[in-house]
Amino acid sequence: MGLADWIRSWPVYRQLTGRDRTGRGKAAQSGRSAALAARTTDADRVVGSVCPFCAVGCAQHVYVKDERVVQIEGNPDSPISRGRLCPKGSASKQLVTGPQRAERVLYRPPYGTEWQELDLDTAMDMVADRVLDARRKGWQDADEDGNRLRRTMGLASLGGATLDNEENYLIKKLFTALGAIQIENQARI
Amino acid sequence: MTEEAARTDPATATGYGEHPPRVGFFTDTSVCIGCKACEVACKEWNGVPDDGFDLLGMSFDNTGTLGANSWRHVAFVEQPAPPEPRRAEAVDLGLPSFDLPGAGTGEEGRTDFRWLMSSDVCKHCTHAGCLDVCPTGALFRTEYGSVVVQPDICNGCGYCVSGCPYGVIDRREDDGRAWKCTLCYDRLRDGLEPACAKACPTDSIQFGPLDELRERARERVEHLHDSGVPEARLYGESPDDGVGGDGAFFLLLDEPEVYGLPPDPVVPTRDAPSMWKYAGMAASAFAAAAVSVFLGRGSR
Amino acid sequence: MGSNMAEAHPVGFQWVMEAKARGAEVIHIDPRFTRTSALADLHVPLRAGTDIAFLGGVINHILEHDLDFREYVRAYTNAPYLVDERFQDTEDLDGLFSGYDSGTASYDNTTWQYESQTDSGEGGTRAKEQSRPDQLGSGGPGVEGGARKIAADPELKHPRCVFQILKRHFARYTPEAVEEICGVPAETFLRVCRAWTANSGRERTAALVYSVGWTQHTLGAQYIRAGSIIQLLLGNIGRPGGGVFALRGHASIQGSTDIPTLFNLLPGYLPMPDTSHEDLPSYLHKVRGDRQKGFWRNADAYLVSLLKEYWGEAATPENDFRFDYLPRINGDHGTYRTVLDMLDGKVFGYFLLGQNPAVGSAHGRLQRLGMSNLDWLVVRDLTMIESAEFWKDSPEIETGEIVPERCRTEVFFFPAAAHVEKAGTFTQTQRMLQWRDKAVEPRGDQRSELWFIYHLGRLLREKLAGSADERDRPLLDLAWDYELEGEDEPSAEDVLRRINGIDLRTGKEVDGYLDLRADGTTVCGCWIYSGVFADGVNQAARREPHDEQGPYENEWGWTWPLNRRVLYNRASADLDGRPWSERKALVWWDAERGEWTGHDVPDFEKNKPPDYRPADDAVGPAALSGDDPFVMQADGKGWLFAPNGVVDGPLPTHYEPHESPVRNRLYAQQGNPARKVFGRAENPSNPSPPERGGEVFPYVFTTARLTEHHTAGGMSRQLPYLSELQPELFMEVSPRLAAERGLTHLGWAHVITSRTAVDARVFVTDRMRPLRLEGREVHQVWMPYHWGHTGLVDGDVVNDLIGVVLDPNVFIQETKVATCDVRPGRRPRGPALLDYVAGYRQRAGVTPETGTRIDTVTRHDTAHLEEDR
Repeated sequence: MGLADWIRSWPVYRQLTGRDRTGRGKAAQSGRSAALAARTTDADRVVGSVCPFCAVGCAQHVYVKDERVVQIEGNPDSPISRGRLCPKGSASKQLVTGPQRAERVLYRPPYGTEWQELDLDTAMDMVADRVLDARRKGWQDADEDGNRLRRTMGLASLGGATLDNEENYLIKKLFTALGAIQIENQARI
Repeated sequence: MTEEAARTDPATATGYGEHPPRVGFFTDTSVCIGCKACEVACKEWNGVPDDGFDLLGMSFDNTGTLGANSWRHVAFVEQPAPPEPRRAEAVDLGLPSFDLPGAGTGEEGRTDFRWLMSSDVCKHCTHAGCLDVCPTGALFRTEYGSVVVQPDICNGCGYCVSGCPYGVIDRREDDGRAWKCTLCYDRLRDGLEPACAKACPTDSIQFGPLDELRERARERVEHLHDSGVPEARLYGESPDDGVGGDGAFFLLLDEPEVYGLPPDPVVPTRDAPSMWKYAGMAASAFAAAAVSVFLGRGSR
Repeated sequence: MGSNMAEAHPVGFQWVMEAKARGAEVIHIDPRFTRTSALADLHVPLRAGTDIAFLGGVINHILEHDLDFREYVRAYTNAPYLVDERFQDTEDLDGLFSGYDSGTASYDNTTWQYESQTDSGEGGTRAKEQSRPDQLGSGGPGVEGGARKIAADPELKHPRCVFQILKRHFARYTPEAVEEICGVPAETFLRVCRAWTANSGRERTAALVYSVGWTQHTLGAQYIRAGSIIQLLLGNIGRPGGGVFALRGHASIQGSTDIPTLFNLLPGYLPMPDTSHEDLPSYLHKVRGDRQKGFWRNADAYLVSLLKEYWGEAATPENDFRFDYLPRINGDHGTYRTVLDMLDGKVFGYFLLGQNPAVGSAHGRLQRLGMSNLDWLVVRDLTMIESAEFWKDSPEIETGEIVPERCRTEVFFFPAAAHVEKAGTFTQTQRMLQWRDKAVEPRGDQRSELWFIYHLGRLLREKLAGSADERDRPLLDLAWDYELEGEDEPSAEDVLRRINGIDLRTGKEVDGYLDLRADGTTVCGCWIYSGVFADGVNQAARREPHDEQGPYENEWGWTWPLNRRVLYNRASADLDGRPWSERKALVWWDAERGEWTGHDVPDFEKNKPPDYRPADDAVGPAALSGDDPFVMQADGKGWLFAPNGVVDGPLPTHYEPHESPVRNRLYAQQGNPARKVFGRAENPSNPSPPERGGEVFPYVFTTARLTEHHTAGGMSRQLPYLSELQPELFMEVSPRLAAERGLTHLGWAHVITSRTAVDARVFVTDRMRPLRLEGREVHQVWMPYHWGHTGLVDGDVVNDLIGVVLDPNVFIQETKVATCDVRPGRRPRGPALLDYVAGYRQRAGVTPETGTRIDTVTRHDTAHLEEDR
């Protein structure tokens, strides 16, 4: 900024030369203020979503800039929520972008006292081995009367109720095929 | 600049030619559910830091007051039951109606226990004390008639803190600068309503042109009076009050003090003979500063 | 009732406020004065756990004063039907119905059947052990007989007709009884009755809202039954502005029952096969009657289409579509049973997929001890949660019950993708599926559950490839060929397509469940969701602005079944198909065009005229008359009396909670005679009358949630903007209780049950008020339950105070009411805590048998202990 510009940017200069003789309005507006715009306007895209907290199902607009979520707010088109959000829904951006989000797989070995890092592929492979082991240990072909059971009591699952329908579908399908029946979720609670 | 314009249209009074209508908030506390969505939506949009994790014991209010890190504050007022109530008595909150919708009146009295909730915010006064005393031009009047602190200008002198008759504006401990509600100035620029008003689940916080809001508020008060809520009243909507009317005004169900609001706020600078006086003082300072800058350059 | 809607569903509450602005009266009946009460016209505090006494009083008021909507009741409910002459009511048996077996604490419901429907009862211990009513779901319990007439008295005068049975059953629920049981003054109660009845009928409707304040009881299902009976009697079901609204607590908790991860259900509320189902025909024979009325009759098409989706080409008519691949249940395999089995070393591995039972389930200590006895645990969540770190910083570390160096459980923590990082559908509380687009990619190791399960399945199949073991066939034959997007993310849209269903002859998506067939030519993952991909379009992704469409906004999202927004909406029209009133018009019969039409999608066969009468031998949908609005019910009627489908009685009855400070005023039977108890040392109960020792835990304890937090806290206690709003655990007490126990506002106090003690800051508030019952004062204590030991704000786990005792219909725990003591100051720490609580148990005489002598009418001595299993 050249000196002349700099002086012109001074509120009192503008007050003395412009229409704002009070010096508290237009004359006082800083360059930053003059250029202000809502950060949602230059988002790369706006994505339709649904609040993940309670079951009202408020519609959300997710604003994305440079592959980062920059704002989440209500979608006024929704007949359910009309664009409104409660404090939890309003905290959605913090929920998905906050530093509390875990990014790495962690592993606690038997009798361990601290977490260790583990790579995702290894962890998946280890879990698959353990599933087969628990399944085998808890396997039941038939009850004492010879009725077919064809199941394992060796492993169980408890799901949250913020999983998608598609996810629940695959969970039930896979575990059923494994013979695991103790597959439950928050709806029981 | 006419007296009338200065009285009712602060944007014109502060040099904006063609400008949008003055906008503000009408907060109807009779439908506030105390959810605090306004507080969170404000912080998410404006990046306001958290204000610490302190249990205050003031009913469900753990925010306490408006401040540099709380630009919206929901007050909870528990108005106690009589000392020896008929136990297990139902708490009747008025508005019974067995008639067809719209036809109900019913004026059964309330028992004494009530839980009042109200979302407080910067009033964006017509005569804004904070603005009047700001020596740096950090506080300014926008084209929407709102009052905004410009963080790129503010030097943290703190004059504004004592200039506010509502105790709204405050300095942030870490950077020393003053902060408060901007009426989401950046959002207004793009035709968006402020984040708090948009989120408010029950439309307790309404945003819009102040004239329309005042009209709507008067109708709401009338409706409540007709529905057996005679205590409904407006706060801060009158251009004749000590701050020339608020850009953010309220429908209350009790005296303002009950909600922690000053009953008769007066802008401290109201009695100043002319705002020009301040401008003059600032002009002298500017001249001196300009000279020193030129001198500074010359000696380099 | 049982809902704190303003706090738990704030954005939904806008519609209550809108209704209020238009003149509706809002009444909040709840133990506490909450933010909902503050906005209501009337708040009626009642003792926690007494809602059925209150609702029974309303039913009695309606019947005694002939305030029911008689035309609706006579035509659309089972009020006229005659019940088996062997049926005995609680009036006859001092709180028990006929068919009770004290030894198993369960009912044989043979005598509860309609007179003309002999031998179709089903009940007993198997039904109780499998949460059988829960399995009936959308199908409803069976009643054989198709279109044949059920013996009835249209005048509603016959002493054995449902209407008269109802009248007798509820006659003792007088305003005085309500006052003494609930602590609600009779005049207040009558004011509610007047408001409810005056706002119901032809011209007006009233809506009833409940949440987990009703479900989390040992007789939760019966609470809802009681509410439904009132709404049926007043003609408030299937009509605009009416209904019974279950406000569910989580984004897709409705979806997770529709497409269940529940032990006793397959998708679409098809029962999980049990050991009595030898093959497909025997399963079908048992899950739906061959001669049954209504759409559940077509369950064969729904199940076969599911089996075809599961096992694809391997499922053929010749092999019963691989029905034999399904594992069988033969008892309670619910989450609480499983945790007890963990303690007993019977379970080796456990997946927690976005769930935090260490905080969120009843008896958190039991949960954590159970997890410490596993081989391995997999936790998937957005953030670190208590359930993943029980070995590190649980309360049991402090007491010495868990020692990290001696705890063998291997723990895997996988970071999960958040809702904006994956596409898919949630089903919200009114059965509406809404699609979410993916906004951004997850980071690091974060993955969706879809990814995790798909790739786990892939790995398992790879590891078992070539296996000759017959038990591996279901996995190896599984249709696991979903489309992938990007690198390796399964396509949620492809999964949804297959949930919707595909006609294998054309390869196209089916338009609804009416297109499904039992011959293996259709696949469908969940029949009630069939239609979500009608016309090959993802209907759940529709986002037509609400102000640019009709009043029922049918073009936003998609609601099961078949995008009908109001269930059973045929009932909004009279017998002749005309709206009961113009004000309350929803759907009606258009005689000229020969079809049902209106504002909503009619929940009825489109072209079936109101005067249609089926032939006597008709079955299935064809057996439904033109005036049978309840098309899923086996008799087409709304059930005031439930001959089947509820294991703890055909009519709601007031029983005291499992832990109560008072004796049941109405009957010798104290608590729900069929409730599920788990008598063992780790799961003690506080004594209730007629047992002695209850005075050691003199107060009623209840728990709930706050607007500012989310359930077990994993999605809120980690967020600064929410944590600062409710930073600390607290308990609410009345000024009188504070005086009685020496508690001070903001001081510390602790609550004690026979399970543990938990401390918190005290809030002394007039919002809690003591209730007057039979001349004595009963105090209630309330705590929110969101806190744990991980996160920005921490506190004791309130659910540690709660024992495991369940509703027998759905196996939900009684979190909403227990008894407790309260003392000033902090609780003891470390091992001293265990001694302290043991001292309480000793003073109260608590043993594993306490609370398990369920029958208090005939066999006081039968204790139901775990070791007897």
